[in-house]
Order: sequence, then structure tokens, then C-alpha cells
Amino acid sequence: MRAALETRHLVRRFGGLVATNDVSITLAPGARHALIGPNGAGKTTLINLLTGVLTPSSGTISLHGVDISAASRSRRVALGLVRTFQINQLFPGFTPLQTVGLAVSRRLGLDRHMFRRIGSDRRVVEGSVDVLERFDLMSVMNRPTASLPYGKQRLLEIAVAIACGPRVLLLDEPAAGVPEGERGEIMDGLAALPADVTVLLIEHDMDLVFRFADRISVLVAGGLLLEGSPAEVAEDPRVRAVYLGDAGHG
Amino acid sequence: MSAREQNIAAASQALAETSRVKPAEIVFWLAALASFFLLPEQHLLLSEVLITGLFALSLDLVLGYGGIVSLGHAAFFGFGCYAAGLATKHGVTDPLLGLALVAVLTGALGFATSFLVLRGSDLTRIMVTLSVGVLMGELANRMAWLTGGADGLQGVAPGLLLGRFEFDIFGQVAYAYTLCVAFVLFVLARRFVHSPFGWSVRAVKENALRTSAIGIPVNRRLVVVYTLAAAYAGIAGGLLTQTTQFASLDLFSFHRSADLLLILIIGGTGYLYGGLIGALVFKLIQDAIANVTPQYWEFWIGLLLVSFVLIGRERIVGLPGLVWRRLRGRA
Repeated sequence: MRAALETRHLVRRFGGLVATNDVSITLAPGARHALIGPNGAGKTTLINLLTGVLTPSSGTISLHGVDISAASRSRRVALGLVRTFQINQLFPGFTPLQTVGLAVSRRLGLDRHMFRRIGSDRRVVEGSVDVLERFDLMSVMNRPTASLPYGKQRLLEIAVAIACGPRVLLLDEPAAGVPEGERGEIMDGLAALPADVTVLLIEHDMDLVFRFADRISVLVAGGLLLEGSPAEVAEDPRVRAVYLGDAGHG
Repeated sequence: MSAREQNIAAASQALAETSRVKPAEIVFWLAALASFFLLPEQHLLLSEVLITGLFALSLDLVLGYGGIVSLGHAAFFGFGCYAAGLATKHGVTDPLLGLALVAVLTGALGFATSFLVLRGSDLTRIMVTLSVGVLMGELANRMAWLTGGADGLQGVAPGLLLGRFEFDIFGQVAYAYTLCVAFVLFVLARRFVHSPFGWSVRAVKENALRTSAIGIPVNRRLVVVYTLAAAYAGIAGGLLTQTTQFASLDLFSFHRSADLLLILIIGGTGYLYGGLIGALVFKLIQDAIANVTPQYWEFWIGLLLVSFVLIGRERIVGLPGLVWRRLRGRA
């Protein structure tokens, strides 16, 4: 079976600093894969390499067998690699419906129309409602995004990504900053992700990681420490040392 | 009806709602039409206001929708003025054909300079747009053999409109012409801003990072909207030359671009009526103050601007409504 997302010997240097050191990760289609590691382990650099914000110093990235190491950001999105952001990147003045509607229009290739009204195509409306229902956002679909509770904004962050129709979704700390009372919503949102979408989750919240992921990779100082099932990772003394011992965890 | 069908109907309606024609809009255009019949002595002034409004609308496409701060938008307006004048003098006397030509030429200039605007942040953009404006003005000055230099472009004599109507000295045909062109351009702009493309341009202003993350090419969107806005500004300039039969270097001057920003501050950005209403209010205030203190009107305009910024446009515009609600609440 061809991997949904695969990196081979991925390296990224910043001057003398090796931020990503020989990282090879393989995600099977439909996988729920988590990437954990202490602060400074290179998680953000890795996600920037995957999405095309940074170019690798060496090594390759492929998406369903297509080499995307040099592809532009919008090209990667068109090929089905979509991300969410650790800090909300939404359209504050748009409503969730408008936000999702624009993403669905783009997915259907209707975003270049200049004289047709947005939503005049029924597929855009249906696609938007699909996504809003899935993430329980129908009730707030007409409120300005800036006025939504933080948890709803985090959900919208995921909803917009799904509206783009990804085959591989990169979730960058979806629960970051969400108050305790709204965490359940995020959990439900993650559970509602379509089964055929491959997910790479980057997260600090270990509770969430162990509930969600079926594979976990541990990144330390730019390199892979180990990869395994949640049980294997939880048992591993090296992981414990990294998280509870000298390296600390933020 | 199932819950899903209800949701689809609700979403469909909500998306349609944003672009629905509101009663106030019909009133606005009816009032514009009525002004043609009720204010025959003011046709020249009204034409000028409407042209300024159209020019402001073009800046709003760039600023209010695209989020690009420009201090050199007069470059396109001035270019349009001269292009229309020169086209008329060199054989293209049909006004509508002239306008179409001007739109294409100014659009091309906008396209060529849009790449400068993509570079850098707001401050860089302000400086770059300002420089383009200054460059255009100086070019027109130096190419006196073509443009008439400091004397201005004189003897512009447009042909009959639609082959029938001659531009009269009272500005009757001029105003009718301006009104029709402005209305058509407004309707097109309205369709544009409510289209998926228009929404994607707005999205760039709201959050460029997210826009690129959903796969929309940010820079290409800005190039298109900048080109379109340049063409609009050019048409506004063309209308001015055709209706006043004159073009001068003053059209390129910095204060035109600055006044335009003022108009948008008064009228509001990010909605198409902002430019039109702003231009009218600006003109009325300008005339009213000039009648009282001819020498110092700029001082009062300045004071007004400061108060707009300090108090906030929403509160000033909302004041009558607030007073009305208070009074009604007491009664």
C-alpha cells in the first residue's frame, strides 16, 4: 500500500543549527499519527517543511507517491495536503459560513468566478453545511468569527481545513489555549474527522494524544527518538526521561 | 423537511442575504436619478462629485477590499484623464469607445505597477504608490509636446454621445452620461465583490496566511484587484476629461490621492457606497466651509478629519439614530 505522506531523510539546517535531522516518517492512508516532543524539538520546523513554508536542505517529501518537496504552498493544498494553525488563523470579519463557503468554492474550482454570487452554486451550500454540521458549528454559522467562543474558533480552524477537501491533514496543536470546559468540543471535533483523511497531529496535551492517535513519533532535538503504538511510547524509558527528566516539558 | 434540508435552506439564504439589494440602495439610486431632473443648475457640480465618487470607489476596491494602502491612486486617475484627452484629439472621438480604450490602457498600467505593490508591507506600499504618482505627474510635465505640459491639455472635443447627443455647456448630457457610466460600473463592482473571487480578495485582507493555506494564490488575487481598480480610476479620469474637455497636471498631484483617502475615511471603507457618499459629503462640507471662510477651509477639513479619527466614524454617523432612539425612548 502506498503511503499517504512520507518523508525520507529530511534535513533542515539554519546556519550551524540542525532543526530537522534526518527525519523519516511514513503515514499509512487513514492513519491517526501523532508527533510529540518537548519544546524546541523541531515540530514547527517539520510542519513548515511539510507545508512548503520552508524548503528542505536535503531529503524528500511525498504525498500519495508524488514528490512535493519543491511544490508551492497552494500546489500542496491542491494536491490535498492541508494544515491548521497553532494560533488561530481565521477571517475575523467573516462568519463561519462565509469562511467555509470560500474554502469549498476553492475546492470546487469556483473561486475565480467574478460575476456569480458566492453560494449561487448548490454544491457550495451543501458542502459548507456538511462541514458545519460535522463540527457542530451550524448554530453559530452567521456570527462574526471574532465574536465566537475560543473553543468554537478552534473547531472552525479544523472545519476550514476539512472544507478544503484534504487527503492528509496536519493538525498543529488543536487544543492549544482551549479552556478546560471547552476541551470536550475539541475532542468531539477530532473524533468527527472523516475516517479516510490521514491525520498528523502535533500536540502537547498527552491526554489528547493518547486518546486520538494509533501511532506516535517522538521528536527530540530535531531527530526521531522512536516511533510506536501509544502503549509502546508510554512504556519507553527514554520518552519518560525526555518528558519527566532533564529536558523538561512546556 | 429534514433537518439537513432546513440547514441547507438556511445556509443558502444566509449566503444570498449578503448580496441582496437593500431598500436603501434603491433609494440611493432613485435619488441620484431624481437629482438629474430636480437640480438642473447643479449638473456640472454633480458630475464632478460623481466622478470623484467613482474614483473613490476604485480606491476602495484596493484599500477596503484588498487591504492595500495606496497614496498614489491619482496616478491612474491622471493617466486616464490624459489618455482620454489624447485619444479624443487623435481621432477616437466617440466617448464610449474612448472610455473603453482608457480602461484597457489604465488597466495595463495598473497591471504593470501592481508587482511593485506586492513587495513589502504597508509603509513600503505607501512609498511605492506615492512614487508612481509623482513619476506619472513628472512624465506628463516633461512630455509637453504630447500633453501640453504646464498649460494642460486643451482643445479636447469629444464627439456626439451614441452618435446623437452633443455635450452642452450646462452639463446636462455630461451628467446623464456620467450617471449611466457610474451606475453600470457600480453594478459590475457590486457583482464582483459578492462573487467568490471578491470574497477571496476580502479574505486576503482579513488574513493572508489563512487565504494561502486554503490554496488561494494571494498575490495573483491582489494583482487582479489592483488592475481592476486602476481601470476604474482611469475611467473616472476619462469621464472628467470628456465632460470638462480639459486635463491638467494638477490631476496627478498628491493632494488628490490624499483627498481621496479623506473621502473614504468620511464615507467608510469596505462597502461600495462609502466612496460615493464620502465624495458627496466631502464636496458639501468643502463648499459650506468655503462659503464661510474661503481662506481657511483646509483648516476646518483638517479639524474634521481629526475628529473623525478621534471620535470614530461609526459614532458620528450613528449619532442621529442614537438621538432618535433616545427621544423615542423618553416619549
